[in-house]
Amino acid sequence: MLALETAAAWLLGILWILPLAYAVWTAFHPSEFSARFVLTAPLTLENFARAWEAAPFARYFANSFLLVTMVLAGQLVLCTLAAYAFARFDFPGKDIAFVLVLVQLMVMPDVLIVENYRTMSRIGLLDSIPAIGLPYVASAFGIFLLRQTFKTVPRELDEAARVEGAGPVAILMKVYVPLAKPVYLAYGLVSVSYHWNNFLWPLIVTNSVGSRPVTVGLQVFSSGDQGIDWSVITAATLMTSAPLLIAFLLFQRQFVQSFMRAGIR
Amino acid sequence: MSRQAITGWLLLLPAAALLALFTHWPIVGTLWDSFHATPKGANPAPFVGLENYQVMVADEVFWKSLWNNLWFALGTIPVSIALALVMALWVNSAMRGRTWLRVAFFTPTVLPMIAVANIWLFFFTPQYGLLEKLTTALGFATHNWLGSESTALACVMIVAVWKEAGFFMIFYLAALQSIPPSLAEAAALEGAPRSWYLRRVVLPLLMPTTLFVLVNAVINSFRLVDHIVVMTRGGPNNATSLLLFHVYQVGFSFWDTGYAAALTVVLLAILLLAAAGQFFFLDRKVHYQ
Repeated sequence: MLALETAAAWLLGILWILPLAYAVWTAFHPSEFSARFVLTAPLTLENFARAWEAAPFARYFANSFLLVTMVLAGQLVLCTLAAYAFARFDFPGKDIAFVLVLVQLMVMPDVLIVENYRTMSRIGLLDSIPAIGLPYVASAFGIFLLRQTFKTVPRELDEAARVEGAGPVAILMKVYVPLAKPVYLAYGLVSVSYHWNNFLWPLIVTNSVGSRPVTVGLQVFSSGDQGIDWSVITAATLMTSAPLLIAFLLFQRQFVQSFMRAGIR
Repeated sequence: MSRQAITGWLLLLPAAALLALFTHWPIVGTLWDSFHATPKGANPAPFVGLENYQVMVADEVFWKSLWNNLWFALGTIPVSIALALVMALWVNSAMRGRTWLRVAFFTPTVLPMIAVANIWLFFFTPQYGLLEKLTTALGFATHNWLGSESTALACVMIVAVWKEAGFFMIFYLAALQSIPPSLAEAAALEGAPRSWYLRRVVLPLLMPTTLFVLVNAVINSFRLVDHIVVMTRGGPNNATSLLLFHVYQVGFSFWDTGYAAALTVVLLAILLLAAAGQFFFLDRKVHYQ
């Protein structure tokens, strides 16, 4: 019985990894072997080289890197402050404010594309990296996650710091932030993978090489009508996924644990 | 106002300002714009009452997209959740190779949806794609999987399941690891079979997780259309057009923002329903703790 279950699990595992394995095969072999699986097929990096030359991927990578860094930095500051307010301060309107924050868990900026495009156009940010990131910086998910964490910090630590004369921000930095380190790591990983992979909003709000992230760059490249062959497109596809994929394969335990930590609310 | 209250508000202010600008204001704006025509030039948009909604009721593509989206949700969510549960049970057991399995199941989650769509697009491609090679080798007639109205939506659904099941697995895994091992030991001591333990102990304990995953899956199925943009662009004959994709087309291909706002209102209403579900879920969770 257990052997049968193990076999089923392995079968599903193989089935699950097969599409990616297929992409790896196609990307690393000449195009005549793209769907022919011969063990003697020669390995090549030619497809990657051709993809890299055919589109400004270096620029796209730089844009994505900048985007992810800016979004995460903004999120860490804003969410920390807001979470601290919700966890340890009493102020009028706190409950309503918290509910208003939670609205974003349901209605993410992803669905408000028409209105947010209009706003970006009004403030003159269209086709820029800040335009891609700004709607996501005040993250309800981040605020919620950090609030839950800050609430578990014993009040005594807080009060001890206050007796020593520390102000609210000093207490936040010295007591709360260090204790929440694993949660920051978890949130950071989730945020980075979300924004590296995000597509529809960046597609809408950018239209030049100078601001496109890799996902949009990949789409522009692969939907071009110049008849690029599949091996090159697949190579480009793997290239854009590579930073996260490699990081995941190297630190898979941390990845899974971080996603788990972010998932328990 | 007390010092505490002022500090609290000051801490909240930056996040609140951005949330108001990019979440609350657009929600109100969507509602407002849905009762107005699309502005032409610098002139303010005239009030048109329910006209956008009348257009919507008569718009076949809207109904098609709505039904597609419901079928898409109905087809992908139960399968993803069931697979996620099974995956989590396997990965959490003492099975050989479970670390490897966890990697295999979770990998699609870290890939961009657009990359995933590209990989599968090639898989489904007529003549050159792997699927065609397989079916023709087995003697079946060639079939354009993404190009036929009868199969395109199903293909897109497979992609969504592949991408999401491993993500939902994580939530189940987290929940399974919080079940005290003493429960399994007690069940084993009593001589209860594993299937009984799973059905009568584990599944009820996972109920809150299932509801949580369900709500998230519903939101995702109305929020994510990257794969549609890459694989089918809503075609053939709108067979794979989902609601948000229709909003995208109306808003950014036809630039009819008034009508796009009315369509977004429907999307918001659906998400509100999901939110109500979330609320009940939170209610339920309390009972279990």
